[in-house]
Amino acid sequence: MTETQKVRFYQTGTHTVGNRLMEPASRTVQASPERSNAITSGHRACQGCGEALGARYALDAAMRATGGRMVAVNATGCLEVFTTPYPETSWQVAWLHSLFGNAPAVATGVVAALRVTGQHDVRVVAQGGDGGTTDIGFGCLSGLFERNDDVLYICYDNEAYMNTGVQRSSATPAFARTATTPATGPHPGNVAGTGKNLPRIAMAHEIPYVGTASVADLHDLEAKVTRAMAIGGARYIHIHVPCPLGWGAAAHDTIRLARLAVESGLFPLIEAEHGEVTAVKPIRRRVPVEDYLRPQKRFAHLFRPGHEDRATLAAIQATADANIRRYGLCPEGQE
Amino acid sequence: MTEAPKPFAITLDPGSSKANHTGSWRSERPVYVDRLPPCNAQCPAGENIQGWLYHAEGGDYAAAWQVLMQDNPLPAVMGRVCYHSCEGACNRGTLDEAVSIHAVERFLGDYALDHGLRPQVAAPPSGRRVLVVGAGPSGLSAAYHLTRLGHAVTIREAGPMAGGMMRLGIPRYRLPRDVLDAEIARILGMGVTLELNTRVADIEAAFAEGFDAIFTAVGAHLAKRTEIPAHAAARILDAAGFLAQVETGEAPQLGRRVIVYGGGNTAMDVARTVKRLGAEDAMVVYRRSRAQMPAHAFEADEAEDEGVMMHWLRTITAVDGAAVTVERMVIDASGRPQPTGEFEVLEADTLILALGQDADTGFLARVPGVEVASDGVVGVDARMMTGRPGLFAGGDMVPAERTVTVAVGHGKKAARHIDAWLRGGALAAPEKHAPATFERLNTWYYDDVPRSLQAELALVRRQTGFDEVVQGLTEATALYEARRCLSCGNCFECDNCFGVCPDNAVIKLGPGNRFRIDYDYCKGCGLCAAECPCGAIEMVPEIA
Ligand SMILES: Cc1cc2nc3c(=O)[nH]c(=O)nc-3n(C[C@H](O)[C@H](O)[C@H](O)COP(=O)(O)OP(=O)(O)OC[C@H]3O[C@@H](n4cnc5c(N)ncnc54)[C@H](O)[C@@H]3O)c2cc1C
Ligand SMILES: Cc1ncc(C[n+]2csc(CCOP(=O)(O)OP(=O)(O)O)c2C)c(N)n1
Ligand code: SF4
Ligand code: SF4
Ligand code: SF4
Ligand SMILES: [Mg+2]
Repeated sequence: MTETQKVRFYQTGTHTVGNRLMEPASRTVQASPERSNAITSGHRACQGCGEALGARYALDAAMRATGGRMVAVNATGCLEVFTTPYPETSWQVAWLHSLFGNAPAVATGVVAALRVTGQHDVRVVAQGGDGGTTDIGFGCLSGLFERNDDVLYICYDNEAYMNTGVQRSSATPAFARTATTPATGPHPGNVAGTGKNLPRIAMAHEIPYVGTASVADLHDLEAKVTRAMAIGGARYIHIHVPCPLGWGAAAHDTIRLARLAVESGLFPLIEAEHGEVTAVKPIRRRVPVEDYLRPQKRFAHLFRPGHEDRATLAAIQATADANIRRYGLCPEGQE
Repeated sequence: MTEAPKPFAITLDPGSSKANHTGSWRSERPVYVDRLPPCNAQCPAGENIQGWLYHAEGGDYAAAWQVLMQDNPLPAVMGRVCYHSCEGACNRGTLDEAVSIHAVERFLGDYALDHGLRPQVAAPPSGRRVLVVGAGPSGLSAAYHLTRLGHAVTIREAGPMAGGMMRLGIPRYRLPRDVLDAEIARILGMGVTLELNTRVADIEAAFAEGFDAIFTAVGAHLAKRTEIPAHAAARILDAAGFLAQVETGEAPQLGRRVIVYGGGNTAMDVARTVKRLGAEDAMVVYRRSRAQMPAHAFEADEAEDEGVMMHWLRTITAVDGAAVTVERMVIDASGRPQPTGEFEVLEADTLILALGQDADTGFLARVPGVEVASDGVVGVDARMMTGRPGLFAGGDMVPAERTVTVAVGHGKKAARHIDAWLRGGALAAPEKHAPATFERLNTWYYDDVPRSLQAELALVRRQTGFDEVVQGLTEATALYEARRCLSCGNCFECDNCFGVCPDNAVIKLGPGNRFRIDYDYCKGCGLCAAECPCGAIEMVPEIA
């Protein structure tokens, strides 16, 4: 046709959800009015909930990848509670909830049940919050990985036990204030140097696929879910989902905060296959960690007027810098 | 029919959460808005720049051109000669560099000429006749818009050709005449009657002929003079007269060395023309500094590139044959040039005065109610109407900036008011949208892409001929450039709001139809507004 097609610049490219200038295949699942809306309206998630958004993003992508032939298994947590107050539910996907700590084991059971009933084309996705994943469900999850069961496990990481009132989990970042790590005393907020980096632990299991994703980068998130659904065996995706309530942030800042986490280097976007990192998403516009921390009340104690905690901020910056070095998030010349 | 047995401990049928109208949680509601982009707000011709760029972005150049033509009948001309103040206002300038609006406009103008596009005219004939006096940009614009509104228009033009200063002033190397001719012909082709070599001297007689309204746009063609003591036979010309002579093929002998006196755009055009006619030395003498010249910097740059010599801070005090005595000036604390008593002598065979023009409006002074100032400028009200009911005026002859763009804008504005006046009403001022400021954008979403540049003719050819200097964009670059537009304040259907709503409360209405909020479920989180790249969503408090 005309030269039109040779122009490789599309105004917002793939940064936006859709783009009328790009062929429909390069737009996201979310841009389509035909998306399955795995979670429908009327759910009880807080205003601006990152988890509601992340779960719809991920499951709609999985629904498209499987043509709707899938079952979702859910751990206890906000995602389960806000979607399914008996007898109502928001799920528009075959969905199963059992307990807080057993979602990976239930998923394994569903896989087995599907196999014995001959439904070989139906895939299984298990999902839970960071508490359900990194703490109470961790043993079951490690077993799932180790057995290489055909399950995609998705962790929606909002960095604390939000459903029960913002208690610390092993995914809560250092220095963050939670209900159980108050911002008082000589070392306010969560302890530093402990906790778990579950994507790296999953990689240590050398499972076929591990990915990290963010609600701030929808194209990347959908690509990772789609990739994971194209693979058999145990797969793990860890999605960063800001929580306005637990983080003390404005509801309209959910995506901005997720973006700042990525752009500061605190939440690296990576992919790994069989234990090896295969791809990283470079930082586009690097920002200091302060830009990310300052809008969140859980870090307010670091920014007391006149008493900014420079030492702690430097320590958090060092974490980001280490991530950037480890994964090469800032290509040559950009650092 | 018997009900299927329920599983153990289940007493209720499952239901959808849609029964739960979470819209009741909301304290603020998102509302889709259209805001006024700064480019549109700035354009003296009132173009909907964002609106036509939107179509150009999608490669629908014909649709883009039709939107452009709603306001401006001369896009190919304007894309070349307009000083594009829109680009100074463009929000993209704060991000990296302004969108090259004029270059895309020119591309669309040329595209329409190449493809023979015609403007859409909808209005039924009104039965009213309007006379336009002067076929410059203002008169042509008024004729075009009046025709679109259904009126029968006659233009009377004193000269032998239409175009006004676009033909007699602006040189060919900036505005090729085939482009000018084609855009004028398209306007005439809509049914406008043009009477050439017809100077209007008696307005009341014209009304008596049966015209229901008259729009005068006679420009400003009387050269301003200055007192220079001149002895012996110094050749002194005026800029407008000189350019008009060049245009009509009667360029006077200039000699080897020419001084152009003045620091405006006209002075630059004259000096560059002089250079092209073969003068060895083309010099500009101006009494202030470069920073203070009224010419645009790019015009002085282009002149200098072509070898024009600049003598800033000089006034001409005497001319004696080829000896032109100039006095050096200094700028005082208040920014005014002051004489120094130091003199130099420059050699010149011809001196061309480019000191500006007055409007030749003597014929209007006799019309009762019309106010004519000493420099010929005619007073008009907010409707562009003079003190004589039914007599309107615009362009260079009324108090305003003197550009083609302003002239075209006046023509449009006058046409709309004439239309309202003829229909016995007043034009209701359309409600202005609130400005689409840079702060309202979420610039994260736009790709980082530099502005495209227009190629220029090789310097030797610029110094020897009148071929067009600045080249147009190819289709690929025009498309690329259009896509640099941020669509400030107006939805461009990026689907962000539709995607980012955690409550699926944004309904996509399909291509071209934008979106709607489902207030039954919208919790008012504000994510859609925060993540809209162009600031087309506003959060409005709910009334308790
Ligand atoms: C050298 C030069 C370069 C310029 N370059 C630019 C530029 O790059 N960009 C820009 O925006 N502007 C430029 N301008 C300014 C611009 O050309 C004018 O502002 C614009 O043309 C004014 O339009 P107008 O319709 O008011 O008058 P004009 O263009 O002057 O047209 C008036 C017409 O009325 C006719 N007329 C006069 N008296 C009568 C009468 N009694 N009866 C009938 N007809 C009559 C004249 O013959 C003329 O054709 C330039 C001006 C000059 C002199
Ligand atoms: C065995 C058990 N212990 C405790 C609980 C209470 N409980 C329900 S949800 C939850 C926290 C969930 O946190 P997380 O997994 O991070 O999910 P989030 O709510 O943050 O999305 C807890 C402690 C429970 N349901 N079961
Ligand atoms: S980016 Fe586009 S809409 Fe915004 S000011 Fe520039 S041209 Fe106008
Ligand atoms: S994102 Fe959804 S819930 Fe939030 S304000 Fe917009 S429409 Fe309402
Ligand atoms: S977010 Fe995109 S689709 Fe929604 S109003 Fe803004 S420009 Fe339009
Ligand atoms: Mg959690």
